[in-house]
Amino acid sequence: MNILADTVHENAAQKTETVLGADELVINMGPQHPSTHGVLRVKLKLDGERVVGSECVIGYVHRGVEKIAENRTYQQFAPYVDRMDYVSAVSNGLGYCEAVEKLLVVEAPPRARVIRTILAELQRIASHLLWLGTHALDIGTLTPLFYCMREREEILKIFEKYCGARLTTHAFRIGGLQYEAYDILEKDVERFCNSFEGRIQQYSDLLTSNSIWIGRTRNVGLLNSADCIALGASGPILRASGVKWDLRKSMPYAAYDQYKFEISVGMRGDTYDRYMVRLEEMRQSRLICLQAIENIPAGPIMARVGRVLKPPAGEVYHAIEGPKGILGYYIVSDGSIQPYRIRIRPPSFINLQALDKTIRGHLVTDVVAIIGTLDIVLGEVDR
Amino acid sequence: MADESKAPHSRESSQPEVSGSSPAPPAAGASLPAPAPLQLPLDNELSRRYRHRFSPAILNALEDRKQSILIVDATQLVEIARYSRDEEKFELLEDYTAVDWPRREKRFDLVAQLYSFTHNTRLRLKIPLGADEQPSTLVPVWPAANWLEREIFDLFGVVFRGHPNMKRILLPDEWQGHPLRKDNDILQQDTAWVRENLGIERGQ
Repeated sequence: MNILADTVHENAAQKTETVLGADELVINMGPQHPSTHGVLRVKLKLDGERVVGSECVIGYVHRGVEKIAENRTYQQFAPYVDRMDYVSAVSNGLGYCEAVEKLLVVEAPPRARVIRTILAELQRIASHLLWLGTHALDIGTLTPLFYCMREREEILKIFEKYCGARLTTHAFRIGGLQYEAYDILEKDVERFCNSFEGRIQQYSDLLTSNSIWIGRTRNVGLLNSADCIALGASGPILRASGVKWDLRKSMPYAAYDQYKFEISVGMRGDTYDRYMVRLEEMRQSRLICLQAIENIPAGPIMARVGRVLKPPAGEVYHAIEGPKGILGYYIVSDGSIQPYRIRIRPPSFINLQALDKTIRGHLVTDVVAIIGTLDIVLGEVDR
Repeated sequence: MADESKAPHSRESSQPEVSGSSPAPPAAGASLPAPAPLQLPLDNELSRRYRHRFSPAILNALEDRKQSILIVDATQLVEIARYSRDEEKFELLEDYTAVDWPRREKRFDLVAQLYSFTHNTRLRLKIPLGADEQPSTLVPVWPAANWLEREIFDLFGVVFRGHPNMKRILLPDEWQGHPLRKDNDILQQDTAWVRENLGIERGQ
């Protein structure tokens, strides 16, 4: 019955509580459960309705992405990264292409970097929209889902016009872009951004001061900044706990150093704050897009990289601020055409580690809210 | 921004390297990266402080593509980790993984990416490890290491001493083999497990 052996944040002392008390009960949540957003299984140890311990069981969709990488060339592997966090494929591709570019010691031309930034920010909005819709649905309000899907559709249409794919886009290439921006990309983005401002306000009107929403999210799933950092949780979760830190600011990549935007932070680190942080991030992403389309520099979209990529032997670690947190790529090259090792630092996997700490003491209904607020994608957790 | 600065890279060094069009066969199990202009010995304040404090345990310090790397002996890993967190303010264990070099005397490299919010810098610790060596767990220093070490155990078979729950995380508990080892072929799988649990005679 060593079901709780995973709950080890403080010390090994907790390992001793393996015997069930009189009122304690172990239930399985998932892997087929609509609120787990995929095939996540959580073993919950309950005292009545209250969670006293938990263990995550993951790996149901483990595909061995890192092993596949070692048997492909650098370009061949690029589409695979789209399939990890399949709701933010553009961001995954951005991180991967930039990491390989660093390994090759080349830089994408300015025009490519700006277009990348625009698409990556649209992807951030799309990812947050999907999160908001499903998170609200988990908690019990159905309406935002339809609204969020409506706006997300606009973004996916822009992707489709740009590169032909909607979800697993493979939008970028190592060294820049394959496709030139289509004629009215700026107009499409502008039209979306203009309408989106009012749309965010709609979500906000629906939820922000809704007393049921506040009741279900305020003080639920508290995670303070020290715990976030100790557990490695990043992205909106870290910012909601009050840490004003964003890789786009602290180690700018793509073209983020050219644009003005604010880092949104919360105070308490509860589910409500994480909601507010993501809502504000969507507003900021919209501002970045508007700034970026104003001045897309002319010029080439591909750097001069060979048809066969043979990075000099060595290694590089490059991380970007993905919609869900730090998305890092650690690539080791032995000088051949195939990577010797690619390690992907998945934000969802590491954020999910905070689940146990976060749900302890809460009711089972809150577990649903907390899984939603961590914003995980199981394709990335399991890779 | 010490190691990650966006300084323009030297284009001369990169161009001839990448435009070669003759695909060479991948060299399986190469040794440590050969010295090239991209890799330089690291000699800055940070590395000097580490060397001063843990002199014999810091095996090497180098810089690869402007990123700082310390090669660290496994025996002093926990002390160095604790020092990194408390004194050098590398509060975040951003990533922890391994690389397999089967032809090397010390087969594995554990690779920890550290990030400092205070100084906005990254540092990479690389810990060479023999095939049967059991490094100490970093969970008491960075709780984030918990699942990351389980993943290393799962995919590489490195057992961490003192880890609170050293079992597989991505693959099934009964699975035989560690897929990210270089001697594990990409088509290789635990056929017995697959037959028994999935009812498939031959996978792939």
